[in-house]
Amino acid sequence: MKIHKYDTVIVGAGGAGMRAAIEATKRSRTAVLTKLYPTRSHTGAAQGGMAAALANVEEDNWEWHTFDTVKGGDYLVDQDAAEILAKEAIDSVLDLEKMGLPFNRTPEGTIDQRRFGGHSRNHGEAPVRRSCYAADRTGHMILQTLYQNCVKQGVEFFNEFYVLDQLITEVDGVKTSAGVVAYELATGEIHVFQAKSVIYASGGCGKFFKVTSNAHTLTGDGQAAVFRRGLPLEDMEFFQFHPTGIWRMGILLTEGARGEGGILRNKDGERFMEKYAPVMKDLASRDVVSRAIYTEIREGRGCGPDGDHVYLDLTHLPPEQLDAKLPDITEFARTYLGIEPYTDPIPIQPTAHYAMGGIPTTVRGEVLADNTTIVPGLYAAGEVACVSVHGANRLGTNSLLDINVFGKRAGIAAAEYAQQADFVELPENPESYVVEQVERLRNSTGNERVAELRRELQETMDANVMVFRTEQTIKTAIEKIAELRKRYKNVAIQDKGKRFNTDLLEAIELGNLLELAEVMAVSALARKESRGGHYREDYPHRDDVNFMRHTMAYREVGADGTETIRLDYKPVVQTRYQPMERKY
Amino acid sequence: MATPVLDKAEAEGRAASPYITVTFRIRRFNPEVSAEATWQDFQVEIDPRERVLDGLHKIKWDLDGTLTFRRSCAHGICGSDAMRINGKNRLACKTLIKDINPEKPITIEPIKGLTVLKDLVVDMEPFFQAYRDVMPFLITKETNEPTRERLQSPEDRERFDDTTKCILCAACTSSCPVFWNDGQYFGPAAIVNAHRFIFDSRDEAGEERLEILNDKDGVWRCRTTFNCTDACPRGIEVTKAIAEVKRALITRRL
Repeated sequence: MKIHKYDTVIVGAGGAGMRAAIEATKRSRTAVLTKLYPTRSHTGAAQGGMAAALANVEEDNWEWHTFDTVKGGDYLVDQDAAEILAKEAIDSVLDLEKMGLPFNRTPEGTIDQRRFGGHSRNHGEAPVRRSCYAADRTGHMILQTLYQNCVKQGVEFFNEFYVLDQLITEVDGVKTSAGVVAYELATGEIHVFQAKSVIYASGGCGKFFKVTSNAHTLTGDGQAAVFRRGLPLEDMEFFQFHPTGIWRMGILLTEGARGEGGILRNKDGERFMEKYAPVMKDLASRDVVSRAIYTEIREGRGCGPDGDHVYLDLTHLPPEQLDAKLPDITEFARTYLGIEPYTDPIPIQPTAHYAMGGIPTTVRGEVLADNTTIVPGLYAAGEVACVSVHGANRLGTNSLLDINVFGKRAGIAAAEYAQQADFVELPENPESYVVEQVERLRNSTGNERVAELRRELQETMDANVMVFRTEQTIKTAIEKIAELRKRYKNVAIQDKGKRFNTDLLEAIELGNLLELAEVMAVSALARKESRGGHYREDYPHRDDVNFMRHTMAYREVGADGTETIRLDYKPVVQTRYQPMERKY
Repeated sequence: MATPVLDKAEAEGRAASPYITVTFRIRRFNPEVSAEATWQDFQVEIDPRERVLDGLHKIKWDLDGTLTFRRSCAHGICGSDAMRINGKNRLACKTLIKDINPEKPITIEPIKGLTVLKDLVVDMEPFFQAYRDVMPFLITKETNEPTRERLQSPEDRERFDDTTKCILCAACTSSCPVFWNDGQYFGPAAIVNAHRFIFDSRDEAGEERLEILNDKDGVWRCRTTFNCTDACPRGIEVTKAIAEVKRALITRRL
């Protein structure tokens, strides 16, 4: 075991982690621990753009953007945070441009902008061009640009270091972050990082679904690490299903395709979104479009022999426009489906895409231990966190924005805290939990297989807690997850070695997914209403009287060692906007 | 658009099982077990429309958990899973079984020129070191930053578009015979990333980067074999980018 000491430790090197690192490295001795090489992070898979009311191509302002974000989130958004997001969006985009990001340009040489779902002029009048973009590779460009600037600044990375535990020490009765414990993939060695500040920026947990746009590595490691230490997770029932994933594979096809004029059609060739969203049509918010697609499929208007998908039609767009604005997604259609998007429509289905919920934080990125108490020295930003700027449904292009605005804020806040704080004493035997977990898996002689349990988990999640949910389906999922968690105790791996043991890594990741799937299902069962990405067929309406509140889930361990999930609730911050019925 | 109709071939294909049996012949190496690398065959039932990566997962998940490789996004964006597939550098997640003749065994080896650590996992550090050495970041020398964005015409933006697509997968560098023989050579990926800034109208350190690439281990080592261009999973014209850097060195310096 090795012990390291840093002022600030950042967990994860995607957009939020590297944006934080750029700030933290200027102000404190910083280490970035990352499961993957930084440029492998899933920020790179984001396509369509980053929202900011630059008003480069038409009238726009941050107040309209704030409204759209609040409305898009079905009013579960904390409005103070949404206002910060929309205001700071403009500088965030300009920061990236100054760092070198190659945005697409207008004929005048300014950053070009395009339409995106849910973004409107003057509170819903018509779509507005707010998304700043670089073809359909905006996430790739952000990830590369941030990595380039980390190289420029000499940010210290620990690549392929997998954080498995959050260390908490009570200081005068207050839970305080003391550091993290990491597993070095190359050697199997365990490292304790003592740090004044820790920032989680480890991304989402979409891999508990089968059809997902998420990378294999998005397994909720950060959420699980803090949850196991008794800290809450907020709004985990809200998961976004992106309308246009490649049929059966789930690979993302950007909403920018519809922003450029693409149209969704059912088997009769009908532009069905006109029925569901007369103003915004194909550019309604993602939850609305995903439900519309499944409604078409359920009512027998789906395409293909099994009627299990619909079409994204780009055939009316000029090939030059597709080549210039949507080169990657058209290539995906050719590579993975053998389809030529110039002439043929692309089969699509909704794909599990984004966790709106996560580790609750303040607008400075400080992690909350309950509705109001801050955990000193602990921060989170990006998809792992819940500020909450996305509420019940995130708008497209607001996640690349979120990682930049709140990654920067968390980086500054964490480093400033580290400048004035002292190191907190490490708990006794800080590595013990990780050593025990790793040794148990390595030495297990059980008869359960990681891949089989993961398949069963993904199948039950797709079948029961996806776009449409009922009490019955959620209960089915909860029972199944409980069974899988029991069987997980008996899981064994074949690779017993220390060197690059990805067999072990996948077993640990599965444990995290099971834990978070349970939180999601339990939170969803208790929310007896429909709001944003959480749609209950048995409660099809939004219920502001009883459920205009954030869910806060806690792990409780009884005297006999049994684990339960306790739910509590946190008020929503409302400033400018009163809840209204959401129409597009 | 024509009304979508039932695809006949697809409907018929659905009736018959799409699965075929494919042999994966994989180069295995684990120094914890043996100092020698060996070939191992696996038989996998797979739909030919699936990816090579899907086949590797079937092996890892159902047959042999010790098989080790890197992967993440599974659709050609993250650059984790570059490997030699039937002797050519490709991304396992962007190569479909049907496109590489599944009748014969599919050979899979780690990319060449970098130290193999275990199975298909190689030491990427020398690769990233070469990348860092070319100063792969925007450098401007103005004292006052503009308040708004720097202006750049669409034509100036287009000038370096091709090289912005690089995902640092190392497929190009590890396909280069010069790099195989001498790991000191910067390699195509580093030059691509230097090109991305040398030809960016906003950047002001092109001369310094050209000087770095004028080094004995720089662009002049390139023998124009086009392996890198063939290997690039992003379709970057790597050899052309290297030639443009060479030309810039000649025209600016002579």
